Amino acid sequence: MNLSFKSISIFLLIGLSLAIFSCQQGSNGGALKNSTAEKVFVAPGEHDEFYAFISGGFSGQLAVYGLPSGRLFKVIPVFSVDAEKAWGFNEETKPMLQTSHGFIPWGDSHHPDISQTNGELDGRWVFINENNTPRIARISLETFETDEIIEIPNSAGNHSSSFVTENTEYVVAGTRFSVPVPQRDMPIAEYKGNFKGALSFIKVDPEHGHMNIEFQILMPGFDYDLSHPGRGKSHGWFFFTTYNTEEASTLMEVNASQNDKDFIAAINWKKAEEYMKAGKFKTMPANYAHNVYDEATHSATTTWKKEVRVLDPAELPGLVYFMPTPKSPHGCDVDPSGEYIVGSGKLAAALTVHSFTKMEKAIADKNFEGEAYGIPVLSFDATLAGTVEQPGLGPLHTEFDGKGNAYTTFFISSEVVKWKLGTWEVIDRKPTYYSVGHLMIPGGNSRKPFGKYVVAMNKITKDRYLPTGPEVTQSAQLYDISGEKMELLLDFPTVGEPHYAAGIAADLIKPRSKKFYRLADNNHPYATKSQDETRVERKGKDVHVYMTMIRSHFAPDNIEGIKVGDRVYFHVTNLEQDYDVPHGISMIGANTSELLIMPGQTETFVWEPKQVGVWPFYCTDFCSALHQEMQGYVRVSPKNSKIKLSWSLDGE
Amino acid sequence: MKKSKILMIIGSLLLLTLFVLPLWNITLDAPQYPDSLGIDIYITKMQGAHEGDIQNINIMNHYVGMEKLPEKMKEFELFPIVVIVMALLGVIIGFIGKRKLFLAWFVAMAILGSIGMYDFYLWEYKYGHNLDPKAAIQFPGQAYQPPLIGSKTILNFKAHSYPMSGGYMLFAGMFLSLGAFFVAGKEEEKEN
Ligand SMILES: [Cu+2]
Repeated sequence: MNLSFKSISIFLLIGLSLAIFSCQQGSNGGALKNSTAEKVFVAPGEHDEFYAFISGGFSGQLAVYGLPSGRLFKVIPVFSVDAEKAWGFNEETKPMLQTSHGFIPWGDSHHPDISQTNGELDGRWVFINENNTPRIARISLETFETDEIIEIPNSAGNHSSSFVTENTEYVVAGTRFSVPVPQRDMPIAEYKGNFKGALSFIKVDPEHGHMNIEFQILMPGFDYDLSHPGRGKSHGWFFFTTYNTEEASTLMEVNASQNDKDFIAAINWKKAEEYMKAGKFKTMPANYAHNVYDEATHSATTTWKKEVRVLDPAELPGLVYFMPTPKSPHGCDVDPSGEYIVGSGKLAAALTVHSFTKMEKAIADKNFEGEAYGIPVLSFDATLAGTVEQPGLGPLHTEFDGKGNAYTTFFISSEVVKWKLGTWEVIDRKPTYYSVGHLMIPGGNSRKPFGKYVVAMNKITKDRYLPTGPEVTQSAQLYDISGEKMELLLDFPTVGEPHYAAGIAADLIKPRSKKFYRLADNNHPYATKSQDETRVERKGKDVHVYMTMIRSHFAPDNIEGIKVGDRVYFHVTNLEQDYDVPHGISMIGANTSELLIMPGQTETFVWEPKQVGVWPFYCTDFCSALHQEMQGYVRVSPKNSKIKLSWSLDGE
Repeated sequence: MKKSKILMIIGSLLLLTLFVLPLWNITLDAPQYPDSLGIDIYITKMQGAHEGDIQNINIMNHYVGMEKLPEKMKEFELFPIVVIVMALLGVIIGFIGKRKLFLAWFVAMAILGSIGMYDFYLWEYKYGHNLDPKAAIQFPGQAYQPPLIGSKTILNFKAHSYPMSGGYMLFAGMFLSLGAFFVAGKEEEKEN
């Protein structure tokens, strides 16, 4: 079926009006029934059943919600600076946002995925990709803080990531945009045949989670859109959707939509490991940042990596196969058994499902219909498991409930459609409000989904909430999928664009969540572990303040002898050893953010006083009955002043 | 060996568990401390029921001008000696097997225990009454002495003071020595 661009926009109009129409029906019906409200009610003091980690899209962060309540618990700073938590503002975390392009204060976070052991979620880490400046982050689920960010060389628009294999052997980072590799000055018109798409396989250290780019596969210059790992029988394979197999570079919406079929690239990463072992790789010069946050020093360091090992699929038989898939496929989703690979042709009228068993047979039989850049293209009919006919308009993403059902989102017709694996029949459909992108079933990317709820993440909310000017909130919607028919339970606003999410049973994380950092384990080079050690030291123009905080005072609390033009480093240690007792500190005129320091932690900010005077600092986090009294002063004297450095403790 | 002797020896040896088990516990409950704050009192030290509890009790108490919980006390040097001497004495008495000595040991323990409790009361009194006159929060007439045994409300806290495993072992040991005294009585009757 060949849809022109024009007919798509007509679909879009029809789709939107249909959705609004059905919305009016919906709001008269189920969503407000008492029984529905009860299903999402989590009584005061009680805990939600699931954690949902919902990416912030263009906010660059990752937000933590409870399900079924939809309550927001925390926004974890990842790729964007966060003044609230001093992420990217304090001296300790500045290296986390370091890249080969310098310090970057913003990112575009897309697909979170939770680590797995034996194909089941283990609740240790969340990985998430940054699209704009290709990076992958690892977030600890003990501290809910970003522990590591690795930049991806030879890539641009790191979209088809970050999904993990079933023992977290690898996290992948597939480039969305193909680019010259290595980057160079060349005419864009010569894109075709010259640009390359790098698919990066990042090895994860099983104990500490540390990431290392093990190898890249240099693919033809298509756009690599989304990916999912094989599992069970297809463990050892990774599947990537492609679009723009036309290799167009202008007016993409038309020129990249010409081919009737694009590809799903099936990568045999076990084979890649064999080729790596056999030395069949090329080592390329590169320059990328590897940023690691150390929980003992409470500080991050950047290491510069200077090379990357690449594999060329044209020269390495058996490494990559293409499966033709109609039409500009977006989502690429593998069912819990690992047998079915769903390719959502976003411009296609039907959903295409490939069979892994058939794929293996087609490879064995050399059932090829051609090749592209030396990579065999398997015959379409040979891998096809079935199609879901007339499911909706604009299929995007599919998740699975572990009971043989699949749930696919349709962007244009704004709905979630439930269908059956194997029979390909549509069982149920429910509207979303509006323009749904991804959906998430907790444990969706694993062998064992928790098939109780599905969360749909919408791009547009229009009339669903109180208006807030031209920009209204984005939203997620929660459906009960425990029965034959889906039931919309709740819609809740989200931070940023809720791009994709990962969910997990709360019991797998809750007991391991850290309550405070042990002061005895604090190895920060500027830590002050007791009030007796507090002091102020001058080294030329640099002044180091070794400060402690505890309910409800700073030590020292008055400092004199600072001069205009000094660089004053406040190294502040929170001496508390109690759960949920952070303190903050801010300094008038500091060109940075406050610090928000967790119990047992040390953080540093720099203040360069420019004006003579006596300037206050204070605690910014309401910490105790005497929080307002938690304050102090710094006296700033002229450049040539003879006033000696001095400080006071506890009014002495 | 006679049953009474065995009881006496076991009873005395039970005292030695005090070197590993806490004798007493004071727990403080308040809404904002869902896990409670607690001090486990050993014969050699005080220890938080959870990591950080001692510091958190000190922080909380400093608002009303209470002193920090002591790390060193003369009791922590004296009690271990008393316990070792009494345990040793009890074992020797057990081997000797004289009925009247069993009773004497029990009575000595009861007296020492009472002295210990009185000492504990004095410490609690001082801890709860010795307030910094410059304290940030002052309630005229308010004292912060925890109960000697039992529960009591102190401002926003409910304070509970009860023996712990070591304390129960001590009582069990004393009970066994008393038992040894009665059993020895029966044994003597049989012999006669
Ligand atoms: Cu404070």
